[in-house]
Amino acid sequence: MTSTRISASVLGACAVLVALVIVAFAVGRFPVSASDLAGIVWAKLTGAEHGLDPTIETVVLRIRGPRVAAALLVGAALAAAGAAYQNMFRNPLVSPDILGVSAGAAVGAVLGIFLSLNVIMIQSLAFAFGLAAVGLVYVTANAVRGHDPLLVLVLAGVVVGSLLGACVALMKYLADPYNQLPAITFWLLGSLASASPEDVWSTLPLMLLGLVPMWLLRWRINLLSLDDEEARALGVETGRIRLAVIGAATLMTSASVAISGVIGWIGLVIPHFARLLVGPDFARLLPTSILLGAGFLLGVDTLARTVARIEIPLGVLTAFVGTPLFLWQLATARRGWQ
Amino acid sequence: MKLEARHLDFGYGTRHVGRDVSLSVTAGEVLCLLGPNGSGKTTLFKTLLGLLPAQGGEVRIDETDLKERARAEIARLVSYVPQAHAAFFPFTVEEVVLMGRTAHLGVFASPSRRDREAARAAIARMQIERLADSIYTRISGGERQLTLIARALAQEALVVVMDEPTANLDFGNQVQVLQHIQALARSGIGVLLSTHDPDHAFICADRVAMLHDGRLARLGEPAATITPESLREIYGVDVAVVRVSVGEGIERRVCIPGAVLSGGRR
Repeated sequence: MTSTRISASVLGACAVLVALVIVAFAVGRFPVSASDLAGIVWAKLTGAEHGLDPTIETVVLRIRGPRVAAALLVGAALAAAGAAYQNMFRNPLVSPDILGVSAGAAVGAVLGIFLSLNVIMIQSLAFAFGLAAVGLVYVTANAVRGHDPLLVLVLAGVVVGSLLGACVALMKYLADPYNQLPAITFWLLGSLASASPEDVWSTLPLMLLGLVPMWLLRWRINLLSLDDEEARALGVETGRIRLAVIGAATLMTSASVAISGVIGWIGLVIPHFARLLVGPDFARLLPTSILLGAGFLLGVDTLARTVARIEIPLGVLTAFVGTPLFLWQLATARRGWQ
Repeated sequence: MKLEARHLDFGYGTRHVGRDVSLSVTAGEVLCLLGPNGSGKTTLFKTLLGLLPAQGGEVRIDETDLKERARAEIARLVSYVPQAHAAFFPFTVEEVVLMGRTAHLGVFASPSRRDREAARAAIARMQIERLADSIYTRISGGERQLTLIARALAQEALVVVMDEPTANLDFGNQVQVLQHIQALARSGIGVLLSTHDPDHAFICADRVAMLHDGRLARLGEPAATITPESLREIYGVDVAVVRVSVGEGIERRVCIPGAVLSGGRR
């Protein structure tokens, strides 16, 4: 694939993304036209007066803007983490959840709701438990010697994940069925309805912190998809690179899950989709996954709040929208995994 | 440049596979390792490459213990050609060969134009230019083996360790790979390879080592080492080693199993 074709498709993807953002503002209970949106952004940047209804400004800056930004961030983060994990686990059917980050975050959030804590505490607990779950998996797997390190990691992730799932089930069972249980169920299905500007500003640095090492290590991440001994014979310190990738992916996923709840599917399918478009080289796969993931979640979230009279849970809608897309792509793909 | 095992004990974890093996490969020579299935050839190779820790004795590169060198440093001196395998993702042949440049790159660096040129030169040396843009997972086993050898060339190490480079290849590809091995040695690269076919050792090796039950049974010139006695000891079969003329005054030794020589069942 030539570099001109690559940059053309990147430009195309960016244009689609901008269009999706404009559509996301233009639909909903309080439509914001593209010119109003441009006027407010321009006024915000230059400090000038926009002369528009202050309600529009509130919608753009406090309600829909944060929601759009959160959708872009979460979609990008989940897709990037999924792309890195699929390379590392040498398996296109791996999602960012494989080491238990979502299960851990779910325990943290459900515990917060169960203890009737405030939103910031719930999000912090979700983030911390997500990190802790993966930390536990990593330490456990490292204690086991003499087996394929990746296999042990996956097994430890599955075991810890199911234990955490049991913890969530227990708290749901014990929770107050009128107040807490609906909140828990809602959180577990994923939603961006309550995304605030603070959510966006607290998540953005964590995402960048995860994204920067992933981009810097992009060439070595390609080599992680080789057999472990083969990669080491080529001069890669696989253990260290793997730890860096796990750390970066966990940071991004945990931060996403903390503000959006559990949104499956994106981290599994978007990188796969990206690989079909640009091939497996991580230097191309990572930006493509980010663009597709961001656009996909923004599109789905726009649907989630507009197609029905009530909000449709994101986790449900990503699967409904994504599965047919994925199956179609799988059936027509020429350059996929073997 | 010399890769050397001194009284090397090797194995997995606490399980011993081989004991007290001493051998060395010098740049420019071909050392061929023979031994039955399970004799420890692959384990020995992994220990020589520093992928498995030595259980006893030591591995030295130019008089420095392998343990004292970083992973990338070892990779710049010794490269590894594993058995041709299926890759997990559809990289192109050129991308696979480019991976050989990794040891020359900083941790955060990506291959530069010079690295791409080195990869293309390695591809040209193996005469597989027509495959450069092919998807590695969709080419034949022989083509994959040539790609992996090109990757080792791109790594620019002075010693190449090849694990059964002729396994699973058709007759023509086997000969082609053996010719490439000879060409590598003539260009000053040391080659350590394992094979199941003693005839391959006669074709390309300067010296032969025989591994039996984890111990070094024989080491020396092919003609003096591959004999009916040693083959019987190692493989437990009767073999005749005969000299045949292959034209233009060149003679070559070949091994023929005894049962075939006597013309039927015994």
